[in-house]
Amino acid sequence: MIDLDATDRAILRALAEDGALSAGAVGRALGLSQPAAWRRIRRLTEAGVLAGRRVEIDLDKAGFGVTVFLGVKLATKGRVSLEDFERAVTAIPEVQIVHHVLGLYDYRLRVVARDIADFERILRRRIMTLPGVGNVEANVLMSEERRPGPIGSQA
Amino acid sequence: MLDDTDRRLLRQMLATPEAGVSDLASRAGLSPAATSRRIDRLKRAGVIRGIHAVIDWRALGYAVEVSLRVTLDKTAPRAFDDFIAAAREIPEVAEIQTFLGRVDLRLSVLARDMGHYQELYRERILTLPHIADIESLMQVATIKASQALPI
Repeated sequence: MIDLDATDRAILRALAEDGALSAGAVGRALGLSQPAAWRRIRRLTEAGVLAGRRVEIDLDKAGFGVTVFLGVKLATKGRVSLEDFERAVTAIPEVQIVHHVLGLYDYRLRVVARDIADFERILRRRIMTLPGVGNVEANVLMSEERRPGPIGSQA
Repeated sequence: MLDDTDRRLLRQMLATPEAGVSDLASRAGLSPAATSRRIDRLKRAGVIRGIHAVIDWRALGYAVEVSLRVTLDKTAPRAFDDFIAAAREIPEVAEIQTFLGRVDLRLSVLARDMGHYQELYRERILTLPHIADIESLMQVATIKASQALPI
């Protein structure tokens, strides 16, 4: 596992805020030379800590006014039913995230929809018809905030 | 507001967030100059809110990720504000979401191992204000994590 110093953490914070920053810009912000910043970014990338980029979209403005998290319990268990369910749920374009979880539910899904009517269509036609699906709980997302995580200034 | 070309460009950006402008341009069938102009316009209009590096917490030794689903005591007038302000003070909290439904809030909590999680849960999470009920979902595997939109 990679050890981070305060400068590495500052680089991660800067890139988590603006992933399009060049090594030169990161260096200028932190008082490092461009080559020094570049070497550190390369080391963090090679260690798998920097794992790509994410484009943040305003979902409302892009026409997706509703995001719903679903907790799904399978009615039937067994290896085959897990695989069938996972294959089918992954193929639904409106399902962005599928997490296999332990606890009250078996899976946690993030679903985007244009509006509530569109969500109802997805729920009825796509989700409730998934193989092995049992109890489903829906919670409509009102707000979402990503935090810096354990590289934050307090860490 | 968005035309078909904007939608095509957004689709490509979400499918390959690492792609540079020239790569995106050829995928979306546009010139690089037109691509830059459209990206700038989408940023100014607030459709694209930002581009962020993705940090793999496992590579930093955070092997445990738990979804904590919280129900608040809504008889307290500032339950949401107080709870969220206190949750922001915990560095291991990576996401805070609020919901309309049976669950009021969800925290995504990172921990190095189960011992560390246990400590966080007892010392930091259960001491958060106005909790009426709390359930945990331990993440076992990510089956799909896509930014793509059926746009």
